[in-house]
Amino acid sequence: MHIVVCVKQVPETQNVKIDPTTNTLVRQGVASMMNPFDRFALEAALRIKDMDRDNVNITVITMGPPQAKEVLIDALSRGADDAVLLSDQAFAGADTWATSYTLASAIRKLGSVDLIICGKQAIDGDTAQVGPELATLLDLPYATYVSRIEFLEPRVLKITRQTDEGTAVWKVPLPALLTVLKDVGIPRVRSYRATLRARRYEVPIWGISDLRLSKESVGLKGSFTQVIKVFSPQRAKDRTFIEGSVSEQAARLYELLKKQGVPGL
Amino acid sequence: MKALIDENLCTGCGTCIDVCPVGAITLSEGKAKVSDECTLCGICVDSCEFGAISLPKVGTGELPRDYETYRGIWVYAEWRHGTIHRVSYELLSKARQLADKKHVPLASVLLGYRLNGLERDLFNYGADIVYVVDHPSLAYFTDEAYGNVLAYLAKEYRPEILLAGATSIGRSFIPRVAALLKTGLTADCTDLDINEEGLLVQTRPAFGGNIMASILCPYGRPQMATVRPRVMEACRLAETRSGVLERVSVPEELFKSRIEVLEETVCEGPSASIVEADVVISGGRGLGRKENFRMLEELARLVNGAVGASRGAVESGFADPSQQVGQTGRTVAPVLYMAVGISGAIQHVVGMQGSRIIVAVNKDPQAPIFNVCHYGVVADLFEFIPEFIKLVKGGC
Ligand SMILES: Cc1cc2nc3c(=O)[nH]c(=O)nc-3n(C[C@H](O)[C@H](O)[C@H](O)COP(=O)(O)OP(=O)(O)OC[C@H]3O[C@@H](n4cnc5c(N)ncnc54)[C@H](O)[C@@H]3O)c2cc1C
Ligand SMILES: Cc1cc2nc3c(=O)[nH]c(=O)nc-3n(C[C@H](O)[C@H](O)[C@H](O)COP(=O)(O)OP(=O)(O)OC[C@H]3O[C@@H](n4cnc5c(N)ncnc54)[C@H](O)[C@@H]3O)c2cc1C
Repeated sequence: MHIVVCVKQVPETQNVKIDPTTNTLVRQGVASMMNPFDRFALEAALRIKDMDRDNVNITVITMGPPQAKEVLIDALSRGADDAVLLSDQAFAGADTWATSYTLASAIRKLGSVDLIICGKQAIDGDTAQVGPELATLLDLPYATYVSRIEFLEPRVLKITRQTDEGTAVWKVPLPALLTVLKDVGIPRVRSYRATLRARRYEVPIWGISDLRLSKESVGLKGSFTQVIKVFSPQRAKDRTFIEGSVSEQAARLYELLKKQGVPGL
Repeated sequence: MKALIDENLCTGCGTCIDVCPVGAITLSEGKAKVSDECTLCGICVDSCEFGAISLPKVGTGELPRDYETYRGIWVYAEWRHGTIHRVSYELLSKARQLADKKHVPLASVLLGYRLNGLERDLFNYGADIVYVVDHPSLAYFTDEAYGNVLAYLAKEYRPEILLAGATSIGRSFIPRVAALLKTGLTADCTDLDINEEGLLVQTRPAFGGNIMASILCPYGRPQMATVRPRVMEACRLAETRSGVLERVSVPEELFKSRIEVLEETVCEGPSASIVEADVVISGGRGLGRKENFRMLEELARLVNGAVGASRGAVESGFADPSQQVGQTGRTVAPVLYMAVGISGAIQHVVGMQGSRIIVAVNKDPQAPIFNVCHYGVVADLFEFIPEFIKLVKGGC
C-alpha cells in the first residue's frame, strides 16, 4: 500500500504577533515549521504502516520554496519512506486551485497511490480547501475532518469524522483522500535510525518540466484568486474591566450582557 | 514570481523587512529587495506607507470566453434535521443587497430528500428563485453527490456568484464544486461587497486571524466564497414573499457516491457542539479539577449554551478533546464567549477571537486573555462563577 502525505511549511505562529501600537503584524525571527495538522496526517499514515511495516510505503510531498525541504527531512526522520519536493519559481503565488493542480500532477507522476492524507488545514492560508480540491482533481472520494481511521477490509476504511453538531461514520473505499484532525494520534518523535537515514536521503526536486506543466497553469499565473489588499483586523479597543467586589462584578457583568441581548440570559 | 518594489517610491526604511513572515526582504543599496523565498502573501504591501510595494497579478489576463453569459447570485441553502441553517438566511440577506446593487436576480439552491416547504423561508429572506433537487441519495450529506449536483446546476444556469456557509459541510464540499467548475474559491469570508467593476470583493481572515485579506476572482466564473456563520445579519423581508420554485431533475449518475454513510450522531446538552451554540463557556487549567467543570456545565445549561476548553484543560484531563477551542481545536464565533481560568495563549485566541462578546475571568490581571476580551473580570473564578450562576438563575 502506498500512502502519500501532503505537508506544508508554515511560519511559526508564536513568532507572528500584532504590534499593539501600529496594529501591524510583526515577525520575530523567521522560524518555520511543519503545519501542525500535517504532523497528525503523517502520524495517521505511520500508524497504518505500524500495522504492516513491510507492505506500506509512505511518501511525503510538499510544494514550496527550496527551504521547504526541511519539513520533508523532518517527516523522514519520523519514519516516512520517501519524499518529493515540488519547487520551481513558477509555482510561487499559487492559490488553492493552482496548489491542488500542481500536487495532483505530482501524485499522478508517483504512480499508483492508495491513500492520500492531508492536514485539516494550514495555519497560514487557513482555507482547508487543498484536500477536497486535490481529491476532486484526482477523481478520488474524500472525507474531511477525520478523527479516526479503521480498516473494515484490506481496501475499505471506516472513518469517523467530526461534523458541526457531532460525528458521522463513513465507509470509504480505497483509493481515497482524507484530511485529518489531531484526534488521529499524538505525533511520534524522531527516531535515531530514521534521522540518520533522512540526513543521507537525497530529496528529489520536481519543477514544471518534470511535471510537464506549462508556466501558465501553475503558481500565480494558474491561480484565480487575487489578494488585492491585506490589513490588520480591528481589535477590540473598548475593553472594560469590571471592578468591585465579586458580587458587584457578577451583577455588573450580568446587566451588561443582558442589555446586549445575549441569548439565554 | 514575487512582490514588486517600486524603487522610485522605496525610501529604504525597512518596515517591510520586519513584517515579512518568511524573511524574504532585505535592504540592498538603500532599497528593499525581495528574494525568491517570497510567498506573495501581501503582508508587506500594507505595511509600506509609501505605496512602494505591489503584488503581481494572477492569471494570464484572459477572461473565460463565455463570461458574459454568467448572471445572478446563488446561495446554497444548508439544512439540518429538516430546518434551514441560519447561515443560509444570513447569506441570503447579504446576497439580497449585493443582487440589488448589481440589478440581478437572487436564487437559492436546496438539495436533499423530501424537504417540502423549506423553500418558503428562502423566499422570505430574499430569494427570487429556489432551485430544488429532491432525491433519496441526497438524504444524507456526502461530498460527492452534493458537489456533483451543485456543480452541474451551476454549469447549466451559470450564476456569476455562488455563496455558501463556511460550516463543516460548506467547507468540505464547496471546494469540490470549485474544482469541478475550475474556478477560484475564497474561504471563510467575513465581508462581501461589489466593486466598481461589478466584481465580488471577498474579505477574509488568514494567519489565524492576525491579518485580513481582500480577494477578487477576476477571471473565474462563478466567483465563489464560503462565509462564516454569525457575521452577517439575517433579515426576514416579509412573512410571505413569493418567488419562483423550480424543481430540477439532473442525470442519475451525479448521485453516485463511492462513500457510504453508516451513522450520524448529534451531541446535545452542555456537551453539544461548541460550533453551533450561541453561548460558549470555556474553562482552562485554572479550573484545577475535572469536577470543577460541572460549574461551567451548569451555567451553560442555564443559558442553553455549550462548554468549551483550552488545550491546557484538555491535557489535564478536565475536558474532552472535542471541546478544545483553538488552533488545533475548533474555531468558534458565538454571541458570547466566556473564558474562565484561561491564560489566553495565541493558539487559543485564534479559535475564538471572532466571537461577538468575549468575557475573560482570571485572577491574574496580567493574563494575556485580557488583551482580547471586551469585558475583563479580575477575580477568583471559584468565587465569581457561583455568584454569576445565582444571578442567571434568578433572572430566568
Ligand atoms: C492572506 C492569504 C489569503 C488567502 N486566501 C485564499 C483563498 O481564499 N482562496 C485560495 O484559493 N487561496 C488563498 N490563499 C492562497 C493559499 O494560502 C495557498 O494556495 C496555499 O498554497 C494553500 O492554501 P492553504 O494554506 O489554505 O492550505 P489548506 O487548504 O488549508 O491546507 C490543507 C492541507 O493541504 C495540504 N497542503 C496545503 N498546501 C500544501 C503545499 N504547498 N504542499 C503540500 N501540501 C499542501 C496540507 O496537507 C494541508 O494540511 C491565500 C493566501 C494568503 C497569503
Ligand atoms: C502547536 C500548538 C498548538 C496549540 N493549540 C492549542 C489550541 O488549539 N487550544 C488551546 O487552548 N491551546 C493550544 N495550545 C496550547 C497553548 O499554547 C497554551 O499552552 C494553552 O492554551 C494553555 O491553557 P490554559 O490557558 O488553560 O492554561 P494556563 O496557561 O496554565 O492558564 C491558566 C490560567 O488560569 C488562571 N487561574 C488559575 N487559577 C485561577 C482561579 N482560581 N481563578 C481565576 N483564574 C485562575 C491563571 O491565572 C492562568 O492565566 C497549542 C500550543 C501549540 C504549541
